Amino acid sequence: MKDIIVTENLRYSYISDEDKRELALDGISLSIEEGSFVAVLGHNGSGKSTFAKHLNAILLPEGGKVYVAGMDTHDENLTIEIRRQVGMVFQNPDNQMVANVVEEDVAFGPENLGVEPSEIRRRVDEALKLVGMYEYRTHAPHLLSGGQKQRIAIAGIIAMRPRCIVLDEPTAMLDPVGREEVIKTIRELNRNQGITVVLITHHMKETIDADRVIIMEDGRIVADGRPSEVFARVEEIKAVGLDVPDTTELIYELNREGFNLPLEALSVEECAEVIYAVLS
Amino acid sequence: MLKDITLGQFFPGDTLLHRLDPRTKLILTFVYIVALFVAKSYISYAVMLLFLIMSVVISKVKPKALFRGLKPIMVIIIITALLNLFYTDGNTLVEFWIFKITDAGIKSAVFMALRISMLIMGTFLLTYTTSPIDLTDGLEKLLNPLKKIKVPVHELAMMMSIALRFIPTLIEETDKIMSAQKARGADFETGNILQRAKAMLPLLVPLFVSAFRRADELAVAMEARCYHGGVGRTRMKQLRMKRRDLLGLAAGALLLGSVITLASLGL
Repeated sequence: MKDIIVTENLRYSYISDEDKRELALDGISLSIEEGSFVAVLGHNGSGKSTFAKHLNAILLPEGGKVYVAGMDTHDENLTIEIRRQVGMVFQNPDNQMVANVVEEDVAFGPENLGVEPSEIRRRVDEALKLVGMYEYRTHAPHLLSGGQKQRIAIAGIIAMRPRCIVLDEPTAMLDPVGREEVIKTIRELNRNQGITVVLITHHMKETIDADRVIIMEDGRIVADGRPSEVFARVEEIKAVGLDVPDTTELIYELNREGFNLPLEALSVEECAEVIYAVLS
Repeated sequence: MLKDITLGQFFPGDTLLHRLDPRTKLILTFVYIVALFVAKSYISYAVMLLFLIMSVVISKVKPKALFRGLKPIMVIIIITALLNLFYTDGNTLVEFWIFKITDAGIKSAVFMALRISMLIMGTFLLTYTTSPIDLTDGLEKLLNPLKKIKVPVHELAMMMSIALRFIPTLIEETDKIMSAQKARGADFETGNILQRAKAMLPLLVPLFVSAFRRADELAVAMEARCYHGGVGRTRMKQLRMKRRDLLGLAAGALLLGSVITLASLGL
């Protein structure tokens, strides 16, 4: 499969409060395959949000390059097309809604792209159905729950027909139910619509279903691979201040007590099976 | 407590007046105001009043709601009427101390009071029957020609609709901050006006900080959704003039025409 996003030695720095330059991204080189589900993990200040904002030209690299579907993000003439192809969902659902009515908000993206009114109508209905919010199309957004608002934000992106969605901690402000709703929606879009998903998060649980997990620390990539491979490196992950999923934690602790279980058993079912196998 | 504030004063409904295109209603309101200033006689005021009453009846808006809108400007109406009453020349009817009341004075005082109240009630009828979104959409469309002389029509309409969108969010936030401050012993209810205003300060500061943060995030989110101003932008909901709009505009033209004719006849 083709790579939709390629970054080459990407560097970016902020000016901190004490007027010092602080490197937020320190030479990130990676490529994201089209149609994949990539989770980017890291604790606060690891550079993961800064990285996300580079993927649709909200931030431009200080050094190195970012290519979206072959387009250089430095080229201002391509900015709109890049943003159409890579949509972005942010952390706070309230601060990304433009309109007073759900369907008007979903229509905002296609309206900006100059799509025909009848076509916008079709896309809005389709997008709202995909995230399961069609019945709420005439509601006011501020009366909906956090999870519902976030699904509407996702619908607003889908209506632009993107090839990739970047979600910057979309569940950080949600309750467990809302979190579940949003992750389920993202997973379905990835599987059924073939949309590439880049999920920035610090919830381990949300990354189990990803095709690939990237762990960032101090603006660098410290681990990159299939979830089962990455989480098997329990000591390294704990060293950068992150937790491993509960299942991995359990097996890790059991192994320390002398058992010899495979750390790759990530899902609850797999985990239960390997433990059951040992017990019987 | 803050949630009860009625915003934009829109009463949803399904009457002819509600269903008119917002542009038609804006034009009608404008025509109505012009006619009010052209009208000079009892007959033309009667025509205007009839037009207003008919519109109110069609809209099914309770007259009480319209009179409520007059309350805050009652003082202005009374002062204007009094000034007109005492300072218009004509045949003196009553005279005392430095005041004299003339027949022309009475006439212009009555007309002035009528004119202002009818103006307020007419514009209130517009906001009572048109949702804020429709109103901004209609304004943007109507003012579109002004873009040629570099008036940022789209930007103004966008600002207005975003402001409307964030009113409930900010009210909710105010409520939250208020509860948080109350939990730590803040007192918003007692004391004189000055003390109460002072108590509001710890409420306003965090509210402003958060509003700026929201604005910043919203701007980034809008850019991420390909917003680049009004150029080349389409709208999902298209405003369409229907037959009833033509009828409405015809009624407006008839009103203005008859008031102008009456005025030219010296009535």
